[in-house]
Amino acid sequence: MTTHELIYVIDGRLLTKEDNIKDVELSSAFASDMMSHVLAFANNKAVLITALYNAQSLRTADLLGISCLILIGQNDPDKDFIELANDLEITLIQSPYSTFVTCGMLYSAGFTGIKKS
Amino acid sequence: MPSSNKCVKFTYEVPNDDFSRAGAASSSLKNSLKQLQIDPQIIKRISIAIYEGEINMVIHANGGTIEALIWPDHIDLTLADVGPGIPDIDKAMQLGFSTASADIQALGFGAGMGLPNMKKNTDEMSIETELGVGTTIRMRVNF
Repeated sequence: MTTHELIYVIDGRLLTKEDNIKDVELSSAFASDMMSHVLAFANNKAVLITALYNAQSLRTADLLGISCLILIGQNDPDKDFIELANDLEITLIQSPYSTFVTCGMLYSAGFTGIKKS
Repeated sequence: MPSSNKCVKFTYEVPNDDFSRAGAASSSLKNSLKQLQIDPQIIKRISIAIYEGEINMVIHANGGTIEALIWPDHIDLTLADVGPGIPDIDKAMQLGFSTASADIQALGFGAGMGLPNMKKNTDEMSIETELGVGTTIRMRVNF
């Protein structure tokens, strides 16, 4: 699905610039707050689901070529965090649901997980 | 890609204990490798290895320096710090072993996967360490 469809499916809030959204097909997801796990398993086609509101979730996504990050939690991320996401051309979407429910919604919509390489 | 027998050199300073800036050197190297049109899968492996190393330097070693030498058919990476050194390398290489504090784990690292991830993503890796003096990690990735 497209990034816009993903926002619709999880009833998400777009935090970064609209023109940051890349024209990519999203079909798999990886959820973790430990960035070494993400580095070990995720790939550039995945969406990263995390509650980690710091620069390292963005650096991890950038280095893996991940274009879209779903943030769990209702706290407002600070300005520097959103600015860095815009600079790195990463789309930030905040989910109103928990990690479990967000994953379930994406799974029901046809998303797959990532097998250990 | 550098022409034969010539290499391109990049050097980065990794700041001491500044977690918000950690990863900036890795991002910069990744962008340079992209410009040199290195294969994206190879760039991904190099990026993971260098980023884990950079994070380790910030968490454990008060920062340090990263040197990247890009040759026509491989890259040599040297990460040098003057931190406390690694008391037991075999233990440090075990998947899941970590000495990182709960504070660091709350920031998303310290899962005990740093050095194993670095080894997994490189073709050669060596560690020289001396307690109280520092650690130098050398890695090579073939193109």
